[in-house]
Amino acid sequence: MKQLSSQVNKLILHEIRIEWKSRQAFTSIIVYSLASIYITYLCFRQGIDPITWNALFWIILLFAATNAVAKSFLQESRGLQFYYYTLLNPRAVILSKTIYNVLLLVILGMINFACYAILFEIPIGDLYQFLIGLVLGSMGLSATLTLVSGIVSRANNNASLVAILGFPLLFPLLLTTIRFSKNAIDGLDWSINQPYFIILSALNVLIIALSYLLFPYLWRE
Amino acid sequence: MKKTRPISHSWWWKVIALVCLLYTYIAGFLGTVPAMPILNETIRNLFFHVCMWMSMFVLMTVNVVYGIRYLSTNNSYDDLVAEEAARASMVFGIAGLVTGMVWANFTWGAPWVNDPQLNGTAATMLLYAAYFILRNAVNDEAKKSKLAAIYSIFAFAMMMVFIMVLPKLTDSLHPGKGGNPGFNKYDLDSNMRMVFYPAVIGWTLIGVWIMSLRIRFRLVEQSYLEKL
Repeated sequence: MKQLSSQVNKLILHEIRIEWKSRQAFTSIIVYSLASIYITYLCFRQGIDPITWNALFWIILLFAATNAVAKSFLQESRGLQFYYYTLLNPRAVILSKTIYNVLLLVILGMINFACYAILFEIPIGDLYQFLIGLVLGSMGLSATLTLVSGIVSRANNNASLVAILGFPLLFPLLLTTIRFSKNAIDGLDWSINQPYFIILSALNVLIIALSYLLFPYLWRE
Repeated sequence: MKKTRPISHSWWWKVIALVCLLYTYIAGFLGTVPAMPILNETIRNLFFHVCMWMSMFVLMTVNVVYGIRYLSTNNSYDDLVAEEAARASMVFGIAGLVTGMVWANFTWGAPWVNDPQLNGTAATMLLYAAYFILRNAVNDEAKKSKLAAIYSIFAFAMMMVFIMVLPKLTDSLHPGKGGNPGFNKYDLDSNMRMVFYPAVIGWTLIGVWIMSLRIRFRLVEQSYLEKL
């Protein structure tokens, strides 16, 4: 257990260091989502209602997340994967990738939200609830897509396969998240959002537990 | 010593399936049904549409159970069963969708409405389509089976959340839910039960029959290819 956590720590630091060196992946994702946000801004110049605002926000985040997370296994060469294989516990690999992608996507989601809120002036009833939904939704998105990216990296390394396999899996998560954040925008009481909060948390736990259990089978080849 | 035949080769359960279905068709179309507002005679769709989902659900459970078995045994037969179960469940899913859409056109006035159960169905169909796309994307047999098993376990868990948990939070347009008249435990009268339960058994057995035929076909095909 101690060995696992130290491996996870080292792998996360390693990922962050690689990212910091090039900064290419992160900036490209930021530019990608800013461009999509600006396109929606140009399309909806005359004003936008909260339901459309919310739906568009999550769709933009979904596509940005697919692009951001899809690379997590695909960018690694065969040789590096074999090197990891001899050294590491597979659970450390999936946990570190998931945690790193969750961090990445939460940051991305916050930046997206800030830009989106500046361009479209939508009064958000309960900002804290919305942010809770944002964090939980991004967590689920990145955890699911990380495992899918692991599956695809073993299949044929085709990035479009991540979207094909991932989107149907994300239906329940996105539906709950969109409902949750819609209630937050309307400023409804916490008691109405509580069941959605419980389902979102349970989904996150389920997704992470399943990746933790299934990834070792993916690893063993 | 007489060689024991697997249960999929024996005939008695196929006879049960056929008798049940024959009974469903005759009693389902001719028997008495309670007169309900809006539903009227379309309530008979219960014997067909709902049974499609039950059968699909049983086959999907077979798919995930054999997926788990494959991961622990690495026996290619388990993967064959899982794949054919998914294929048969897809057939029943499409049949359920079509019967549901025809029915909805008469009762709701549109073949497709925004209803949690319909969304769940759409997601399920897409998941299984993605499952087959994943299978076709990999060339190596052992790797293909493993990836498909992992994906189907993950997909089954997500689908259970979608079909079992989420509809509880919102009202559905389906009969018996959200205050709609329908066949919940007070409305479903004993006449309909007498047809409904055999219908479920019959359709489920037909699904298993289709699956077992496909499996036998694939096994014959494999042994033929090995001889070449």
